[in-house]
Amino acid sequence: MAEQVYYEDVEVGSEIPKIIKHPTAQMLVKWAGASGDFYELHYDKEFAQAQGFPNVLVHGKLKFGFLGHLLIDWIGEEGVLKKLGASYRGTDHPGEDLVCKGMVTNKYVKDGEHLVELEVWTENSKGEKTTPGNAVVALPSRAG
Amino acid sequence: MTQEGSIITDEMRKLIGVEGTPTVLEVEKGFIRMMADSIADPNPLWQDEEYAKRSKHGGIVAPPAFLCNARAGTSRGVQMKSPFLRALAGGDELEYYLPVRPGDVLTSVSYISEYNEREGKRGKMLFTIIDTKYTNQKGELVAKSRSTYISY
Repeated sequence: MAEQVYYEDVEVGSEIPKIIKHPTAQMLVKWAGASGDFYELHYDKEFAQAQGFPNVLVHGKLKFGFLGHLLIDWIGEEGVLKKLGASYRGTDHPGEDLVCKGMVTNKYVKDGEHLVELEVWTENSKGEKTTPGNAVVALPSRAG
Repeated sequence: MTQEGSIITDEMRKLIGVEGTPTVLEVEKGFIRMMADSIADPNPLWQDEEYAKRSKHGGIVAPPAFLCNARAGTSRGVQMKSPFLRALAGGDELEYYLPVRPGDVLTSVSYISEYNEREGKRGKMLFTIIDTKYTNQKGELVAKSRSTYISY
């Protein structure tokens, strides 16, 4: 695990360490089984093609999971995820890596909590933001 | 009155705000691990009891996407109506108040909060927004979600 990040270390406009996810056909099947989402669009190529897609689609909620992974890795054990939102705007397919990124957009203290707002997203190989989102996290303070 | 040309019927509007059947989910350790594994998120907080005990959470907790589980709410128990057959998830917003732990019994209750319609590149699209509240066995609010479902 990386070193704990503190509220004081964070600057508005700075990016957080990215993570790279490798969605595969197997991963989509595992997510389907774990999450109980058995919509054919995510594992039946013919079904996906009949709907006009070149291949099966990575579940939006799995991409939500990737962004959760990104944030929890960054905030560490002492951080708390308060809010995470994501729009499944672009379609992604298995075999295509997704880079998960985040940028700090605001920081403030409210009701004794040291809060940080971020823009987060998944990025495909063309540099397109396929899953734009936003998050609020609480970080520990060096002031205690 | 149904607006002329609108795909949102009176029957659909009547469903706004009507709470669906509550869904009860017992949270098991193996289920949390399966969810974390399927995201390929190796954080020991999701599965290593000894490690998690020493963390500030005091034990295993569930990863953020756990509540995006189709068994745990977001749209369960709600009657969704649409004139279209094709569907996609549009997005999710989760607000977290308490961690989800093994042994928790979560109850989720959902309702349709609004509809929107839009002309997209694939023709007319219907956006159904569903709000869900998750409470635990102590009656404490664990999380709220707002999910968008698109049909076209």
